[in-house]
Amino acid sequence: MRLFVVVIAAYLVVALALPLYAMLSKSMLDPDGLFIGLANYVAYFRTPALVYSIKNSLFVGVLTTLITVTIAFLLAYALTRSRMPAKPAFKTIAMIPILVPSLLPGIALIYLFGRQGLINGMLFGHDIYGPIGIIIAEVFFTLPHALIIITTALSIADARLYEAAISLRASRTRIFFTVTIPGVRYGLISAAFVVFTLAVTDFGAPKVIGGDFNVLATDIYKQVIGQQNFSMGAVVSVVLLIPAGLAFLVDRIVQKKQVALLSTRAVALVPSRHRRFDNLMLGYAIIVSVFIVGMISVCQYAALVKFYPYDLSLGFTNYQFDLMDGGGWDSYFNSIEMATYTAVFGTVLVFCGAYLVEKAQGLGVVRGAFQFLAMLPMAVPGLVLGLAYIFFFNSPTNPLNFLYHTMAILVISTITHFYTVSHLTATTALKQMDAQFESVAASLKQPFYRTFFRVTIPVCTPAILDISIYLFVNAMTTVSAVVFLYSPHTTLASVAVLNMDDAGDIAPAAAMGMMIFYTAAGVKILHYLLSRGIEAKTQAWRSAVPT
Amino acid sequence: MTETFLRIQGLTKLFGSFAALSDISLTVFEGEFVCFLGPSGCGKTTLLRAIAGLDIQTQGTIEQDGKDISVLPPAQRDFGIVFQSYALFPNLTVEKNIAYGLESRRHQRVEIRKRVQELLTLVDLADQVEKYPAQLSGGQQQRVALARALATSPGLLLLDEPLSALDAKVRAHLRLEIKELQRRLKVTTIMVTHDQEEALTMADRIVVMNQGVIEQVGTPEEIYAQPATEFVAEFIGTMNLVPVQALPGSEYSGLGARFQVNHNELPAGSHAALAIRPEDVQIDQAGKAAGENTIQAKVDDLEYLGAFVRVTLVASGDQTRLQVDVSTNRFSELSLSAGSEVSIVLPPERILIYPRPD
Ligand SMILES: Nc1ncnc2c1ncn2[C@@H]1O[C@H](COP(=O)(O)OP(=O)(O)OP(=O)(O)O)[C@@H](O)[C@H]1O
Ligand SMILES: [Mg+2]
Repeated sequence: MRLFVVVIAAYLVVALALPLYAMLSKSMLDPDGLFIGLANYVAYFRTPALVYSIKNSLFVGVLTTLITVTIAFLLAYALTRSRMPAKPAFKTIAMIPILVPSLLPGIALIYLFGRQGLINGMLFGHDIYGPIGIIIAEVFFTLPHALIIITTALSIADARLYEAAISLRASRTRIFFTVTIPGVRYGLISAAFVVFTLAVTDFGAPKVIGGDFNVLATDIYKQVIGQQNFSMGAVVSVVLLIPAGLAFLVDRIVQKKQVALLSTRAVALVPSRHRRFDNLMLGYAIIVSVFIVGMISVCQYAALVKFYPYDLSLGFTNYQFDLMDGGGWDSYFNSIEMATYTAVFGTVLVFCGAYLVEKAQGLGVVRGAFQFLAMLPMAVPGLVLGLAYIFFFNSPTNPLNFLYHTMAILVISTITHFYTVSHLTATTALKQMDAQFESVAASLKQPFYRTFFRVTIPVCTPAILDISIYLFVNAMTTVSAVVFLYSPHTTLASVAVLNMDDAGDIAPAAAMGMMIFYTAAGVKILHYLLSRGIEAKTQAWRSAVPT
Repeated sequence: MTETFLRIQGLTKLFGSFAALSDISLTVFEGEFVCFLGPSGCGKTTLLRAIAGLDIQTQGTIEQDGKDISVLPPAQRDFGIVFQSYALFPNLTVEKNIAYGLESRRHQRVEIRKRVQELLTLVDLADQVEKYPAQLSGGQQQRVALARALATSPGLLLLDEPLSALDAKVRAHLRLEIKELQRRLKVTTIMVTHDQEEALTMADRIVVMNQGVIEQVGTPEEIYAQPATEFVAEFIGTMNLVPVQALPGSEYSGLGARFQVNHNELPAGSHAALAIRPEDVQIDQAGKAAGENTIQAKVDDLEYLGAFVRVTLVASGDQTRLQVDVSTNRFSELSLSAGSEVSIVLPPERILIYPRPD
């Protein structure tokens, strides 16, 4: 058992710690590989164009955070505190952005507000290419993440607090500011930091719709792909790690406090009916849904229109990916292959890792290091991880060099990039099980793996399914974790969207983006049906009523 | 019953620099029912887990059935265990839970079924085979856990507070059942509890623990009548404890009076605690009792407890409070009420003396 712990910890060291170290050291080397200390950083801060990106990134991050958290809070409020109809439908619609690469909202915005956009008059002469476009796209992209966190925070509210406030004759406004807001403050803070991190580190939206407005993420890409200046790419990466790392730290602290709130016993709040308020909330939820569905529909329309804006008849010409740059249909199938591997190997790795760390005895130091490494990917932007992989795996002295430019390295980087959330899901499920199962099994002379297969896995099946779907969907949509690592025979659908857009083939890019969307959505629906079937079968004991 | 089954010697368990167990030595005989009793955090569970091999001790040896098992992992020891939480596998039926330890031992299917049936009958659950743990009441879950632990016929049965999650009635019932089962199977059993009533009614011998050391080992009668230390005296049952000082001869001063005791090994002048149980104090109307060890007191409070009345007295000499149990009959004879003056006698043969540091 201890051996396995060490093996999985070693995985995280090789797939995460060593590459990051390689990147840090690279940022202190000159192009010939000589150590020059902080000279690269000095050069960086002396280049106004580059430093300007810091300001731009922060600007986008802060504004996106304000807008997204506001929209998400109101929607979460509607979902938890009103009695409006069709809540499940609104919830589902709000999750759509998770199923598409962040490039897609950018493409939708081009079709809506671009130079020949469907409704570009609505911008009153402003240019969609730039901060406006980036921020709208980021709001779309980050909304579900904020919504999940805030909905959770709002739904753990204690009805007794509200009853107490009402019995003290507090007005609705006063209750809102003295009970509701304090109750969700950790959720709001947490959501704000998650959104900020996503917006600052995202690369898809600014790449597609940023125009001349440079941000840190696009700078890394340009330094590496455009100018082949790897050292400077590493420097920008380190700079980008700082806000992401800080946001991550604050979020961890806040999350802990939120958990403390959770564990107190609360009486669930059941909203009462207020016609005007409910209708208001319904109207709001419809507006948000129209925004989300609208963006997706525009992409679908763009994908089907033969030659916008000159030939508006519909057809599948844009789906002839093999005629375009970006790898053709192969990249779509590569993506499915990569996502499948990621889901299968990633789930096994993550779940076994979480299990071993929970159950293995002794090895305090290794386990502590493991926990830290498992949380770290959350703070490392995909581009940074990808770049770190170039430095580490492409080094001729690395015995793992053979992995470079293979499907395997894409799978490894994707698993690593999405490790944290998967690990937390697994850990939560494992912690809910009785800590004595292994002791009982040992007393019955049963090897630990037998209990693992007969009890642990069946009990944790829902969590295991969740993890695999999470990994699959993210592997389909991610661009940043793989954009530096694909090779001519391992092109991916999400990267194809990027490259076709780059080459000006925006309609095919939209078409490929929609293929990703349909695949991810299909898998989600399959997951839903499957988990209902499995639940009926293997989780019968859960719904058992005590006699 | 005199065959040694388990021999623990010099057992110490450190968590960091904190000693959860220090230098524990204990012998358990074959077929015996032993209870570890003590306040929360005294190390009962730690000792049980060391015996099971679930947390290996820092120092010391454990011998079971003549074999040194000190460093063996749990799977190579011979015991069955029931936890406070029962730890029943939630996704397996009652039958599968009980059969869990039998399956991989190359038992025949039919054989396993038979054994499971046998155990179910033993714990009186024959009609619950197909249910899942969540469909059972707390007491039933407890019995499934017991059956599962007994399935492989272990030489040693370990129970960690097996009854504490149940309500009082079920607990009293299961107490008897477990004891009865243990007697029938003659399996050596160690049970951890912090409930002294449980220990006194179930155990052949009780091990009283405090802060990682054993205070006393003895039968329930010994523990109750002859507590070896002041801690045990105070922990088990109700006890009057009065600070006293040794005088020359077998005499002590305290309660504003002098007391004769049967033995006195303490040098004159040393401090000690005088202990006597409420039911051992004799009470009479003021002035009626005379002679040695008699003091005057005043009734402060009365607590009616059914078969007897617990009388709280204030000694006239130094205002120390004492508790005295009086049978209901005797109580009406004496016609006591708050404020009554009484004489009480502390019989020398009932007095226990515990030295205290100066
Ligand atoms: N893993 C551990 N790390 C550090 N200290 C521990 C650990 N396990 C137990 N202890 C400490 O050792 C002491 C004895 O613990 P133990 O669980 O044996 O108590 P107990 O007698 O079973 O108490 P209870 O009646 O509350 O179950 C306690 O002070 C406890 O805090
Ligand atoms: Mg305990």
